[in-house]
Amino acid sequence: MDIDQGTSPATTPPDSDAQRKRKVHGMLKLYYGLNDEGKGSDQAESLDPCDINGPHFDPEVYLNKLRKECSLGELMDQESCMVKQIRSLDSDMQTLVYENYNKFISATDTIRKMKNDFKKMEDEMDCLSANMSAITEFSAKISGTLQDQHTQITKLSGVHTLLRKLQFLFELPARLNKCLELQAYAQAVSSHRRARCVLQQYSHMPSFCGIQDDCNAIMEQLAQQLRQKFRDGGSNAKDLSECVELLLQLDEPAEELCDKFLSHAQSRLESDLQGLEAELRDPVSPSKPATTETSAALKKGASSAAGSPTDASMHSGNPFLSGASKTDILEFIDRGCNEFVSNLCLVIASYQELFINRPQEGELASKNIPEMARGKLHAFVDALAVRYFSLVERRIQEEKGVGDNSLLVRALDRFHRRLQAVTKLLPGSSVPSQGTEIVVQAARERIKQYLSALQSFYLDSLTDVRQALAAPRLSMGGGTGGGGLLGGGTSGKDAPPNLPELLASFSASILNQIKSVLASVHLFTAKDITFSNKPYFKGEFCSQGVRESLVVSFIKFICQSSRQFCESTGDRGGSTPPALLLLLSRLCLDYETSTISYILTLTDEQFLVQHHSPVTAVTALCAEAREAAQKLLNHYVKVQGLIISQMLRKSVETRDWVNTIEPRNVRAVMKRVVEDTTSIDVQVGLLYEEGVRKAHSSDSSKRTFSVYSSSRQQVRYAPSYTPSAPMDTNLLSNIHKLFSERIDIFSPVEFNKVSVLTGIIKISLKTFLECVRLRTFGRYGLQQIQVDCHYLQMYLWRFVSDENLVHFLLDEIVGSAAHRCLDPAPMEQSVIEVICERG
Amino acid sequence: MEDDAPVIYGLEFQARALTAQTAETDAIRFLVGTQSLKFDNQIHIIDFDDENNIINKSVLVHPAGEIWHISASPADKSVLTTCYNKTSESRVVTCAAVWRMPPEWESGSHESPDDSSNNPQTLELLCHLDNTAHGNMACVLWEPMGDGSRVISLADNHAVLWDLQESSTKAAVSSSATLEGKGQLKFTSGKWSPHHNCTQLATANDTAIRGWDLRSMSQIYCIENAHGQLVRDLDFNPNKQYYLASCGDDCKVKFWDVRNVNEPVKSLEEHSHWVWSVRYNHSHDQLLLTGSSDSRVILSNMVSISSEPFGHLVDDDDLSDGEDGHQEEKSREPLQDSIIATYEEHEDSVYALEWSSADPWLFASLSYDGRLVINRVPRALKYRILL
Repeated sequence: MDIDQGTSPATTPPDSDAQRKRKVHGMLKLYYGLNDEGKGSDQAESLDPCDINGPHFDPEVYLNKLRKECSLGELMDQESCMVKQIRSLDSDMQTLVYENYNKFISATDTIRKMKNDFKKMEDEMDCLSANMSAITEFSAKISGTLQDQHTQITKLSGVHTLLRKLQFLFELPARLNKCLELQAYAQAVSSHRRARCVLQQYSHMPSFCGIQDDCNAIMEQLAQQLRQKFRDGGSNAKDLSECVELLLQLDEPAEELCDKFLSHAQSRLESDLQGLEAELRDPVSPSKPATTETSAALKKGASSAAGSPTDASMHSGNPFLSGASKTDILEFIDRGCNEFVSNLCLVIASYQELFINRPQEGELASKNIPEMARGKLHAFVDALAVRYFSLVERRIQEEKGVGDNSLLVRALDRFHRRLQAVTKLLPGSSVPSQGTEIVVQAARERIKQYLSALQSFYLDSLTDVRQALAAPRLSMGGGTGGGGLLGGGTSGKDAPPNLPELLASFSASILNQIKSVLASVHLFTAKDITFSNKPYFKGEFCSQGVRESLVVSFIKFICQSSRQFCESTGDRGGSTPPALLLLLSRLCLDYETSTISYILTLTDEQFLVQHHSPVTAVTALCAEAREAAQKLLNHYVKVQGLIISQMLRKSVETRDWVNTIEPRNVRAVMKRVVEDTTSIDVQVGLLYEEGVRKAHSSDSSKRTFSVYSSSRQQVRYAPSYTPSAPMDTNLLSNIHKLFSERIDIFSPVEFNKVSVLTGIIKISLKTFLECVRLRTFGRYGLQQIQVDCHYLQMYLWRFVSDENLVHFLLDEIVGSAAHRCLDPAPMEQSVIEVICERG
Repeated sequence: MEDDAPVIYGLEFQARALTAQTAETDAIRFLVGTQSLKFDNQIHIIDFDDENNIINKSVLVHPAGEIWHISASPADKSVLTTCYNKTSESRVVTCAAVWRMPPEWESGSHESPDDSSNNPQTLELLCHLDNTAHGNMACVLWEPMGDGSRVISLADNHAVLWDLQESSTKAAVSSSATLEGKGQLKFTSGKWSPHHNCTQLATANDTAIRGWDLRSMSQIYCIENAHGQLVRDLDFNPNKQYYLASCGDDCKVKFWDVRNVNEPVKSLEEHSHWVWSVRYNHSHDQLLLTGSSDSRVILSNMVSISSEPFGHLVDDDDLSDGEDGHQEEKSREPLQDSIIATYEEHEDSVYALEWSSADPWLFASLSYDGRLVINRVPRALKYRILL
């Protein structure tokens, strides 16, 4: 509106002549005395009295200024410009006035018109209110008249519903029957469920009661059918689950259902278990008369169709063989897995499907069925598993033969693997851990069996060796020809057992056996075996089981059984052939030097043993083996020494030395002693190194002999043979003893031939000495001893480490004999030599 | 504490027979019988002066022959028996006789010890134990703690009980037993048990030990194969009636409970050659002496099977039987069976040894070369036992 223009000039939109317009408005503003107070900035400008548009314009000042500043021409221009401006302002003002006036006129017109219109409207409103009151009156009247009818209709519709419900109820038995016929159980149950409460409520009325009874009878029948169906179990899982659901809805107690389901399953599983048990009890079940054999085999094949087909075919293909032999453990476990375990898994799965994993709704949810059902399932599975495990354990225990371990391991693996399914199905169950325990137990048992197998193998081989040793006596000739026999052992008619060969084969066969046992046991830890990554098989099985219980125990057993040879039969030395002692001693020594560390390294490598617990050190075992070797060798020396001692002792004790004839020969027993010593020398030489001996004065026995019986010696001995100076021998031998080391007769020997022979000869000669001292000699008795000793001297020096030892002992013997002689007249040395040369 | 050095006495002749003078309880006195085929044999009476560590000797001549065994009467100091070899017509037989020492020997030897060798006195023969029916005498045993009137002689396979009558001048056979069996059986040694009222005798033949009841002269037990080789000697534990020790050619010393003859109670293997003699100390039966032809004498402390087991359990020691021998260090521990000492003064086989009857801490051993060594139990041990 233009009225507002004066009050808000600043808000007019700026256009091409905005400047001008503003100017005009400003002037108008001034005119009307309106001042825009907010525009402080304008005030500075407008203070200039020369500003023609400013509020403080002073015409005098302005005029003076113009007069002062401007020329005439300029003044003239100014004046005309001013006039033009004034004129335009005037015309503007006239335009505005006119416009405003027009607007006033139109406004007045409008007001006048409105006045007329209102008058008319008032009349119409009065009319409307009259009409409305009439309408209200009418409607009240109508509703008053319709009230009764309405209530009636409501009642009627209620009755109609009730009647429909009743009709449903009356029809219910028929409908249920129909459903039953059609096996539409679900519909029947839902129908019944709908009617159930009503029937329950009005059961006091006879008609309803009848219906209820009918319904109940039918539902009972239905439930019966459902149970039947449930019991049959043959129907598929979906049916079964529906069945269970319906039964649950029929208020069938869940526990009972679980129990029924489980007992039903149990009977099936029982039959599996009994099948297994029968197999256990009657391992020769397939053995039937040949005529029925094929059919039996066929049947078996059919029944165990789930089992591995190879087993079945083996049965039918080779009935006689399979009939005689027991089903192997793999087959057994297979059967157990395929029948029992898989059935168990099925049962668990469907059970869980039915009772545990079902979405719960309605009042069923409140009963907490899964909890109860889970408890029942665990108990059920545990009970059955215990029986199954006991069967498996029994079967494993029957697995005594150690021939083929792979079968057992495969069986155990399968056993363990199949139990994993149970783990998946039943996460909290203890069954798998028990299964693992069984596997562990079986492995332990297996190790024990292997140990005893190894031990019995060792003992058997030992017996073989004994027999080989006993059969042909190792004679001197055989011994010396030993080298040749290595090549053609069978050529000789009574080829004596070659000790090194025997030792080598004995040792090799034991080692092979150990290796094969290790290989067998290694199967337990193979990568593809499921239980091999269990902590037991990674750690304890390797270190405690294989290394300690098997290998170390076996080595200890060898040492111990060897030592027993020294202790039990030791006294008389009769029962154990000395050669065996020697051989075992060498065996133990070999074990000490190399075999033990080899075996243990092999074991550690194969089983990657990480020793968590302390294990027997190689050095300890070696020490034990060395001790055993030492003991055996000592015992060998003792036994051989005693054999020779015994000969010497008898020869001295049984002879009447006083009344003997003049010696013409070396006594046969001495030849025998030398022979035996030689053969012992050969025997030991076969297994032990030569050893160090003190430097001989010469190789020839002649030379030593001459030393022994030189004239100087003769002089030395002469006084002792004469009755004139009894003290001299004592003196001489005492002096000798002063300067020689004390001789320990039964002392430990070193692991070499010379030391062994020295030990044997020491024992023999000392016995000879002691026996001589207990006898009394005549002249010829003494001379015989002289001859004998000389003969021994000639042959024995070469065997010992220090020939002086032999000299000394023989000197003692002759000296003692001379002492014990009634008529000590020694034989001429030359005569002795001649007799001995003659042999 | 220094132990006294051993005292050594040398005989001129070889010797095997040694005994303590059993009836003498004041002086430490041993009797040694020599073996010589050429000279008159002697009995040396060795008196040991404990205070001064001096040996006094007297020599009595035993002209009958070389002495293989000697034993002194438990009742009369001057009475003794010997088993000796007699050679006649190129036959050697071993006889036994009861002798009396001449009463003057003591005074004579004291006044001029040198004279004794010059003018030796001779034993007075009381009686012979006639063995013509029995064979070679192995040994003569006096009744322990008896009145000196009963002796047993072991000859070949006969054990004969004699009654000595009329001051031992007459010997009468009271009863006898004969060892029956295959082959030529021969008693090697024997011992009269001091227990059971002196009614038992133990003998050794070959590898077996037999017990005899002297009242019936019948065998009451037999330990077959007691040793692997010959049994050389045996001795009864003086305080435990069923225990005896034996030794033999298998270098072992074994301890037996005669009620269980199947297993030895204990077995030692310390010597490196035959063990010829074993003796229990008369009063402290844990102390055991053994002598061997390896020229050693070993004194062992068998605490575990003694009558005074130092108040510790016997079982502990039985477990460690085997190692005892090799663990010399353990001998310092009081509770362990152990070797106390190994005496190496001998240079020839030791055939006889004997505890003194007067001083329980003193013993003598005799080697074949005629060397007699008198030793004492180490003082430390002695005080440990006593205190």
